[in-house]
Amino acid sequence: MTAHNGHSEQERIGVYVCHCGSNIAGTIDVEDVARWAADKLNRRGVVIARDYKFMCSSLGQELIEKDIRELGLTRVVVAACSPHLHEQTFRVACRRAGLNPYLCELVSIREQASWVHTDKKAATEKAKAILSGGVERVIHHQPLEPLHVPIHPATLVVGGGIAGIQAALEIADAGFHVYLVEREPSIGGHMAQFDKTFPTMDCAACILTPRMVSVGTHPNITLLTWSEVVDVQGYVGNFTVTVNKKARYVKEELCTGCGICQEKCPKKVLDETFEAGLGYRKAVYTPFPQAVPKFPVIDRPNCTFFQKGTCRACEKLCPTGAIDFNQQDERLTLQVGNIILATGFDILDARRIAQYGYGRLANVFTSLEFERLSNAAGPTNGQIVLRDGVTQPKTVGIIHCAGSRDRNFNNYCSAICCMQSLKFAHLVRERTGATVYNFYIDIRTTAKAYDEFYQRVLDEGAILIRGRVAEVTDAARLPGEDGKLIIQVEDTLAGKQRRIPVDMVVLSVALEPRHDAKEVAKQFGISCSSDGWIIEKHPKLDPVATMTEGVFVAGCAQGPKDIPTSVAQGAASSARVLARIQQKEIALEPVRASVDESKCSGCRICNGLCPFNAILFHEDRMVTEINPALCQGCGTCVAACPAGAISGTVFSNEQVLAQIEGLLLQPLGALEEPVPV
Amino acid sequence: MTDSFEPVLIGFTCNWCSYRAADLAGTARVKYPPNIRLLRLMCSGRLDPTFVLKALTSGADGVLITGCHPGECHYLEQNYKALRRFLLLRRMLTQMGIEPERVRLVWASAAEGVRLAQEITSMVEEIRALGPLNWPQNGSVRQQTEVKEEPV
Repeated sequence: MTAHNGHSEQERIGVYVCHCGSNIAGTIDVEDVARWAADKLNRRGVVIARDYKFMCSSLGQELIEKDIRELGLTRVVVAACSPHLHEQTFRVACRRAGLNPYLCELVSIREQASWVHTDKKAATEKAKAILSGGVERVIHHQPLEPLHVPIHPATLVVGGGIAGIQAALEIADAGFHVYLVEREPSIGGHMAQFDKTFPTMDCAACILTPRMVSVGTHPNITLLTWSEVVDVQGYVGNFTVTVNKKARYVKEELCTGCGICQEKCPKKVLDETFEAGLGYRKAVYTPFPQAVPKFPVIDRPNCTFFQKGTCRACEKLCPTGAIDFNQQDERLTLQVGNIILATGFDILDARRIAQYGYGRLANVFTSLEFERLSNAAGPTNGQIVLRDGVTQPKTVGIIHCAGSRDRNFNNYCSAICCMQSLKFAHLVRERTGATVYNFYIDIRTTAKAYDEFYQRVLDEGAILIRGRVAEVTDAARLPGEDGKLIIQVEDTLAGKQRRIPVDMVVLSVALEPRHDAKEVAKQFGISCSSDGWIIEKHPKLDPVATMTEGVFVAGCAQGPKDIPTSVAQGAASSARVLARIQQKEIALEPVRASVDESKCSGCRICNGLCPFNAILFHEDRMVTEINPALCQGCGTCVAACPAGAISGTVFSNEQVLAQIEGLLLQPLGALEEPVPV
Repeated sequence: MTDSFEPVLIGFTCNWCSYRAADLAGTARVKYPPNIRLLRLMCSGRLDPTFVLKALTSGADGVLITGCHPGECHYLEQNYKALRRFLLLRRMLTQMGIEPERVRLVWASAAEGVRLAQEITSMVEEIRALGPLNWPQNGSVRQQTEVKEEPV
């Protein structure tokens, strides 16, 4: 109640109370609130207070615009719904009438009063308090202009799975440069490991490899495989990214991808990544024949030359002399304007589900192992066989939700397992004619043509049993169980316990965030949910943006999803990036902190508080400065500054303190009488 | 006085989680007592402890501070800073003879409208039981009732 007395005498404030049909007016006496504002708040600068049926309608907005023009309003307060709905509406209306949009304040008397309270009198009094808070606050608003930042036209895409491939191609096709960084030797991601894709059963390689080739040959794409991002600096429009390009020990400019090195390499290595531990590769390898790029890498820890100093078979036999054992890791510095993270998922380590026996019982497989078994280019050439490599199973049990929808592992639904398990059932029926049991909790086949596929698999004779499997065991108790895996399950439709002997068990294991998702998120200045998936800006309305401007997310990094949705997100994120590139600059909300250097004592308390590295300290002048493009406006440094040298626009100390006073009706001399409720 | 005592609470909310939880409580028509008045900050990390003291000296009987769950802060980790400040502030208030229950910290995600409403309801009840704060104004006692000394 100190500084703003002088202020309010100069301001001419318009107050607008919305009925929202009966949404507000049904509980709150809006006419009373408007009358009260005109009467009691006029000494705080309110020159006009109106109520109107729908303030957000064009007529309601025109009412405000007319008053701004005719009454010379300098501030506007609208008491209506949540600012998350209509703040923009009223700001734009103010701008149309020539008032700086940031001189408008929207206070919520619907979500915070009429919808949550039943006592009409109390709700009306609370609405007055909320309005008073808005009026006191708006007095301290400043006219602001959005911050304009130029956008560098190049884009970084991290992760070369189908989502990243889609994003990279869309941007490159639009004529802008893309750096696609992939940790593995080839792009393709998980999709490259699959044989068939549901529900149409297209061959994954047939639809994926043309895309991969396009990426590899596109003039606008710089493909950096066997590479990882190690550092990210800067802000939207102007990121500096450092990439570590690991040594391949193969000169890309000389290698023709003929494959002789792989053929001649004497060292066989169990392929834990691409073949999911079912097959072998060489110490010099490409993960699969259609790999993009075609250049192999030498796996240094497994290479005989690197470990023992002898061999050099690949070097001797390479027809173009492309092997280079002296190659070093290379650090590349990239300038980009936007970043798309498409880092994908890991699968749950099935050994964690001890009762399903994976790792202990030989013929329990994970879904990824089954994908490789059924893949024509896989370790068994597409033969669905037991771990011995020859025996075809006569009965197969497929367990859905292994580690999903389970409090012991992951609460969430992994989204793809139902369809994936049905696909497995189809493949087993088609290739082996074996009896197939699917054990499910619910069948979730919600996308286009999914339920039809489910019906098809039922018609093909798959047996579906509703119930969560309790245990998979090899301890035979009943006749016919010897040498089998026995699935113990409560069949909740039949209402009884069953023991079903099978030859092979496939676990549809949960999709989980990448093991290093949290570190990656931190590197890019974004956050993960408690599950570990990257948090999108808005779960419905902004699903591919993140809270950090210029950083987008696509595919399973944001949560489990199928191929069509990953592709859609890849395309969506590229559309967002392209829009920015086309605009050449971006206007950022001016919610920013700034330092008054004359007040800054150089104590550096704020320096360690910013997770966005927006705070710089000038050693020479002993003052702190905040980079407005990096600042996200959280205000933590403002709250910490002991000298009050840091101020936050839109949420300054003056604004918040005035709003507190207003909410408690203090400027109206409420202290003389008890605060009404 | 105590029979008709209706406490007034100020609630600080984070723009990204608890303010949206309050929005959600509204959309879902979840009911809670009208004794709380909410104020939006960009982040719980913006909460200057002065704001809490300001509210208590300006007539509020209690202050609810809300933010995103640990690990879910939209500004990565600023809610941890809010937590640190909250713990220090509560200790200081206790030393000043103010019941620590008058300031409460609640984590509420944007999906937890019901939970936020429950926390508000329980806090209003708790403050109602504690009675008015009666922060002395400019050296003069606002009401002549004694500040109830609660064992801490």
